[in-house]
Amino acid sequence: MNSYIPHSEEDVREMLLAVGVQEIDDLFSDVPEELRLKRDLNIPEGLSEEEVLSLMRKYASMNTLGTSYLGCGSYDRIIPSAVSGIVSLPTFATAYTPYQPEISQGVLQAIFEFQTMICELTGLDVSNASLYDGHTAAAEAAAMCFNQRRKSQTLLVSPTVHPFTLKVLKSYFSDMGFSITVLPEKDGLPVFDSLPDYLDSSLAGLFVQSPNIYGLLEDYSGVADMLHDEGALFVISSDPMSLGMVKSQAEWGADIAIGDTQPFGLHQCFGGPTAGYIAAREKLLRKMPGRISGQTVDTDGNRAFVLTLQAREQHIKRERATSNICSNQALAALATSVYLSLAGWDGIQKAAELSYQKAHYLAAKLAATAGLSPAFSAPFFCEFTIDFTSEERAGKFLDSMKKRGIFAGVHLGSLSQNRKGLVTIAVTEKRTIEELDCYVESAMEAVNE
Amino acid sequence: MSSIRRTLDERLIFEKSKKGRRGYLFPACDIPIHAQNKPLSSTYLRKITPKLPEVSEIDTVRHYNQLGRKSFGVDLGFYPLGSCTMKYNPKVNEAAASLEKFTEIHPLQDTSTVQGALKLIHELTGYLCEITGMEWGTMQPFAGAQGEYTGMKLFRAYFMQRGETKRNNLIVPSSSHGTNPASAHLAGFTVIEIPADERGLVNPEFLEPYLNDELAGIMLTNPNTLGLFEADIAKAAKKIHNAGGLLYYDGANMNAIMGKVRPGDMGFDVVHLNLHKTFSTPHGSGGPGAGPVLVSERLIPYLPVPDVVFDGNNYDFNWDRPQTIGKVAGFNGNFGILVRAYTYIRVMGKNGLKRASEIAVLNANYLRVKLMETYELTYPGLCKHEFVLSARRIKEDTGISAMDIAKGLLDLEIHPPTMYFPLIVPEALMIEPTETETRETLDEFADIMISLAELAYREPDDLHSAPHTTPVRRVDEVLAARKPVVRWREKTDPNLIHP
Repeated sequence: MNSYIPHSEEDVREMLLAVGVQEIDDLFSDVPEELRLKRDLNIPEGLSEEEVLSLMRKYASMNTLGTSYLGCGSYDRIIPSAVSGIVSLPTFATAYTPYQPEISQGVLQAIFEFQTMICELTGLDVSNASLYDGHTAAAEAAAMCFNQRRKSQTLLVSPTVHPFTLKVLKSYFSDMGFSITVLPEKDGLPVFDSLPDYLDSSLAGLFVQSPNIYGLLEDYSGVADMLHDEGALFVISSDPMSLGMVKSQAEWGADIAIGDTQPFGLHQCFGGPTAGYIAAREKLLRKMPGRISGQTVDTDGNRAFVLTLQAREQHIKRERATSNICSNQALAALATSVYLSLAGWDGIQKAAELSYQKAHYLAAKLAATAGLSPAFSAPFFCEFTIDFTSEERAGKFLDSMKKRGIFAGVHLGSLSQNRKGLVTIAVTEKRTIEELDCYVESAMEAVNE
Repeated sequence: MSSIRRTLDERLIFEKSKKGRRGYLFPACDIPIHAQNKPLSSTYLRKITPKLPEVSEIDTVRHYNQLGRKSFGVDLGFYPLGSCTMKYNPKVNEAAASLEKFTEIHPLQDTSTVQGALKLIHELTGYLCEITGMEWGTMQPFAGAQGEYTGMKLFRAYFMQRGETKRNNLIVPSSSHGTNPASAHLAGFTVIEIPADERGLVNPEFLEPYLNDELAGIMLTNPNTLGLFEADIAKAAKKIHNAGGLLYYDGANMNAIMGKVRPGDMGFDVVHLNLHKTFSTPHGSGGPGAGPVLVSERLIPYLPVPDVVFDGNNYDFNWDRPQTIGKVAGFNGNFGILVRAYTYIRVMGKNGLKRASEIAVLNANYLRVKLMETYELTYPGLCKHEFVLSARRIKEDTGISAMDIAKGLLDLEIHPPTMYFPLIVPEALMIEPTETETRETLDEFADIMISLAELAYREPDDLHSAPHTTPVRRVDEVLAARKPVVRWREKTDPNLIHP
């Protein structure tokens, strides 16, 4: 007996009779005898709801929380209380992809509104229902770059993008005859001096990230024009919270904007679910992957929404499709829409400003009192990087802080081999001045241990 | 009263905006003014103001609740959407996944502080391997389609390592899910479609022309999209393997066979599962789901990094996999979905999982028998978890199509079956009831389907113009695609759809 399977023994008996077989195993008579599993699965016996909750609490309790200064793509930010109630509404949570528009107007309208919000934040023209995460969004943007320029083979990538994004790009493209070419780096920033050397018909586009992996803001003045003169595309990845203060992708002249909406209403949750976002110039609409909700009318002439441009998609085009994506992270995107509705532009600016001020306060105090100065001089948004010069010293500092209940930063050496000793510290609007002062005091002790 | 229409509900959130309204207030800045930093240089400062809505908290809550009322989920009613396994999503899964020490952990925390999360991933990988008969796997892929893509990358890496660079041909049956050929093509393979034989099955003889040193392998789902078990799978697997190829199992239909027969025992080398189908995690109106990939021994070296390992005392990430295909997710995939699926597996246990498949198959066959007289069953005989009806005869007699029948169901608050798929059945209605539905629900559904067929002969116009009671009537998809409007813009008159 199982509460998710409602059949009584009598139900089963009568239904078997109706089908015209004797017993359950007769329903599997088409499975060749030699293939059938003739033993029980080696999985524990089932648990009651109460038992499983107690087990899950035990597993959860084996994880530790701390005052978090961890960033590099996932952040401990404020989530308004109203978000969780809405994303648990059963008609959002337990619905499939909105294939039947007449009974999915709510979902379709929510997606349409999400697309609009992403367009507004990035400054670009069109967007979609979301992608898996910010890292795979980079891969999808890269595919758009390759697709829009026949015979292009090279994607230039800034050395300061998230190392995991670079890994995803290489997984997607390096066995396909495409080249993922990384530009040189200096002082925590990409060097664009060599860009002209790559400007030829093999160049699909340039992919950069700002704020970058060190938290630094990058200056893209003049970059877009150089790329566009050649016919290549410009892709910028940004933490969307930074867009509350710093230039949007469109203002730098980007053709495609991507990132991850985790900072907007989504829990860190060990990295997922979040939602990748993508926006692009109008001319790239039909090259955009994933689901798109479009406005139309119903037979009465009323405004209605429907999944549109499906001719691009795999269930119609099969092997001729330009992307294999047939879902999105709808519920996560919904959380972001609710967050942005509640916060409004005023709120996003406020949260961005708070993060900026608090990060700079911590950076200044650490430099002045603990001798921990930022490793780079370029401006930053809410993350900064300190050079502990060796993996051991960085590890010792982070361990010591951890013992004080502080997750003090991300050791970049754990993300890429060539960054040993560098620790990136993220400060969000959620951290209070007491917590920041506590960080500084703890850091003074930690460096002197 | 019926002439009075409420219009406030129908606005977009942007159209509800009123200057100065706030739905949330962030705390005031607690950094003393004198310690505050100067603003950024104008080189970096944003100049254009985005138009986000300005709405109160109650506006926001009502807006989304109203949208919720204009949608439909498994919690509201029967959802026999074929190949999608819309089973009930147990609420204890949600309770487990919302535990703070799952939701608030950072993906880059020191592994000593996420032992519970790593243990869960490690054990889940083991359980999924046991269910599928595979050796190890990755939890990174976010969805079934990404699982397929990952699997194709594993194929590629395996052949590269062996120096078999000519192996480019990938076979898919014509009844396969559309993502199969799309994933294979995007991973650089040449897709070869083979037809089903008169049984609706893959015929090993049809593979013969492709059994050579250019064969990469085959992608199959078993049971297939007609709901039929591929009886010759062992023979086909042998042929493919003897020719040096590999077999990929699309696990979309795993709900039919848990504890009964395993892809690994059928000869498959790579399997993806859809945790949002078989393992009861909610579909979220289009995601997040999860598409873990499980592999046989020889493909383990190519799996994505990092692997989750256990040394008997502690769990850790292991990055040391020199032949890895790399990463297919930034972090650990949709961890929150993994927690739900793990919870489900522990509640069901070995007997519950097997029972789920048995009853899923019983429910499907019960409906099949009830409906196969009124509609046509193109490929008759025992089905597994789903079956495909054809409305071809009804269409020829009355002009009423599978689409019209589906729209008729909407008025009765039942989600329609999958329509016009697989492509090899005309006017297809693909029905998957799942094990969580009662016999009474199935009986009512069968009665309704029969009544709709009768209505097609009696009053076809009623179905032509369905649905009648939904928030909108049939929508103009052609207009949406021809003149795409994919975002709201200010000053757009809501009555002027395409200015």
